[in-house]
Amino acid sequence: MNAPQPTTATMTQQRPAPANGDFTTALKDAGLATLVTFGLSIPILSFRTDQSQANELYLRPRWGLVLVACALVFALRFVLRLYGVRWAAARQVARSRKEAIRTTTEKPRGLAHRLLALAVPVFLGVALAFPLLSYFAAGGLTESRYWVDLGILILTYVMLGWGLNIVVGLAGLLDLGYVAFYAVGAYSYALLSTTFGLSFWICLPVAGILAAFWGILLGFPVLRLRGDYLAIVTLAFGEIIRLVLINWVELTNGGAGITSIPRVSFFGVPFTNEEGGFASLFGLEFSPMHRVIFLYYLILGLALLTNFVTLRLRRLPVGRAWEALREDEIACRSLGINTRNTKLTAFALGAMFGGIAGSFFAVRQGFVSPESFNFLESATILAIVVLGGMGSQVGVAVAAVLMVGGPEMLRNLGFLKAVFGEGFDPNEYRLLLFGLAMVAMMVWRPRGLISHREPSVALGVRKAISGALVKEGHG
Amino acid sequence: MSLSDVTMSPAGGAAAARSSALLSVRGVKTYYGNIIALKGVDLDVHEGEIVTLIGANGAGKSTLMMTIFGNPRAREGTITYAGRDITRLPTHEIARLNMAQSPEGRRIFPRMTVFENLQMGAAVNGFAHFDEDLERVCKMFPRLKERLQQRGGTLSGGEQQMLAIARALMSRPRLLLLDEPSLGLAPLIVRQIFSVIRELNEKDGMTIFLVEQNAYHALKLAHRAYVMVTGTITMSGTGRELLENPQVQAAYLEGGRH
Repeated sequence: MNAPQPTTATMTQQRPAPANGDFTTALKDAGLATLVTFGLSIPILSFRTDQSQANELYLRPRWGLVLVACALVFALRFVLRLYGVRWAAARQVARSRKEAIRTTTEKPRGLAHRLLALAVPVFLGVALAFPLLSYFAAGGLTESRYWVDLGILILTYVMLGWGLNIVVGLAGLLDLGYVAFYAVGAYSYALLSTTFGLSFWICLPVAGILAAFWGILLGFPVLRLRGDYLAIVTLAFGEIIRLVLINWVELTNGGAGITSIPRVSFFGVPFTNEEGGFASLFGLEFSPMHRVIFLYYLILGLALLTNFVTLRLRRLPVGRAWEALREDEIACRSLGINTRNTKLTAFALGAMFGGIAGSFFAVRQGFVSPESFNFLESATILAIVVLGGMGSQVGVAVAAVLMVGGPEMLRNLGFLKAVFGEGFDPNEYRLLLFGLAMVAMMVWRPRGLISHREPSVALGVRKAISGALVKEGHG
Repeated sequence: MSLSDVTMSPAGGAAAARSSALLSVRGVKTYYGNIIALKGVDLDVHEGEIVTLIGANGAGKSTLMMTIFGNPRAREGTITYAGRDITRLPTHEIARLNMAQSPEGRRIFPRMTVFENLQMGAAVNGFAHFDEDLERVCKMFPRLKERLQQRGGTLSGGEQQMLAIARALMSRPRLLLLDEPSLGLAPLIVRQIFSVIRELNEKDGMTIFLVEQNAYHALKLAHRAYVMVTGTITMSGTGRELLENPQVQAAYLEGGRH
């Protein structure tokens, strides 16, 4: 094995870490970064053109904003410089200690692999800049609302897909009732905030924990089930939750749902057109879009958190145990893995992310009703996971974009009128077209968009082997 | 079958008396639903021994091996391992008692790499000697070393068998249960696998319980052996004794030609 050897000795030589020197270099570095920021701010941030009453353009100086930006850059750069280096060094030591799990960052070979490696930063970049892009594309803040809303919708499904991916993709437990946890999360926030006045930031983890609790509750009776039987029971569980929500009118207000759920706040600062609101605090002109854009970044952050946790867990024994469970339960047990706990953690964690996504849904809509949590939702989320390729994080993200964004895109097929005549309404056919696309997918890529499994440990050169070559596990 | 009325040979009794057994199976009955698969099995494996169990298809050999591992559970009788009653323990707890198994049908993880499969084997003792053990199994099976980054499912049958054994060895077991390691393999690879088993026993003093259809090789290797017919042990003795036994020869060794 020609694994590269970044030993601790060479690493510490490269990075001398004397405590005082660190401090001054960090200070210098942060100062330089701040200077660059200041230079960039002058043309970008410092002036804003506004229209006066007399319809004349005038410049409005915004030096306060420049100061805030500079201070932020300085603080961030300083902290990163000072602690980032130490942190990296500490991590290096920890890594060399963990001889058992050696990882390398060698570049993967092969076109597909290189594309995949490129896909992640591109996706992340587009996702981060999406509100800005749609602002420019739509030509205005208010006009970009449709696009940002669509982005939020897609990201919600990305998060749900990643959450379900833990249960279905990694642990191999076919769950058809995932929407139940989404509902639990949504109703947790709706009820806690309307009855006890708890804020969203407290309810978010609480909703996650409650959903995880329900995940375990579902997990216990189905421990012995696999495959089709498990699917049936989870399907029933999803329906039970929905029926309870409809029929327990005293608690959930039945089919009418819960209205006027408090809106999200910017860490306590409300998005209102008043003194002390978000807009006045940051010296911006009030726009309802601020809240929408904040929601966009909120769900982006939550989705990335889901992804991060999943990726880390995949490298830990529990994540490996999930994957082993998916492949062969009997072999798992004879290797000393407690399959009961492994299944329950998968259910609980998957449910937790579903619950968090649910409370996000509630805060975004401001209204929840049992209608939103029908079987079609579960089926959509499952389709995203299967379409993406079971267990592949990137695949799930791509599939969510296609599954949620695709039908929306098909709304805008006005040019088809030129082909089929004026009477043709593309709206009526979009689900048909979408169905055709799904069938085509399953014919050409039956194991999902990204069907190969990336090993969580790589020794030297990675070899990609298509999932189609690999036999499924039995049992 | 005519073998069923053969009594225990005296040599088997003598070996059993030598020391208290590492693994002892007493009167174990196992059912699949209402169908009885093991009709009261008695068997001992002593520390440092290679014990072979031979028998025809459907005799219950693999069932016995799985019963020892708690899946399925024995409905009657007791199984004692290292002085501890493990009859009612769940499978994963038995595995944590330093007993490892290369199960029937290999049961490797097909979508994981060879390296990851080996890691799974070492997880039970917390990666205590991972690098050392990895080197050891790589030396034992050079084919695996070449394929560490390859997915388990893309290995050939023989390589998968090697991987199953290597994975079981990664936990440094005190007792190793091997279920038909020679199944479906070319004679050359069979010989290689049997020499590995002998080496494990002689060099590392590992206790091995071997279930085999390939009676000739298995009996030659074994210190002691048992013959199982339709859920009961019908014969036992040293490997050599059973090799020379005309009834065994007639039933399992094609009249001794091998």
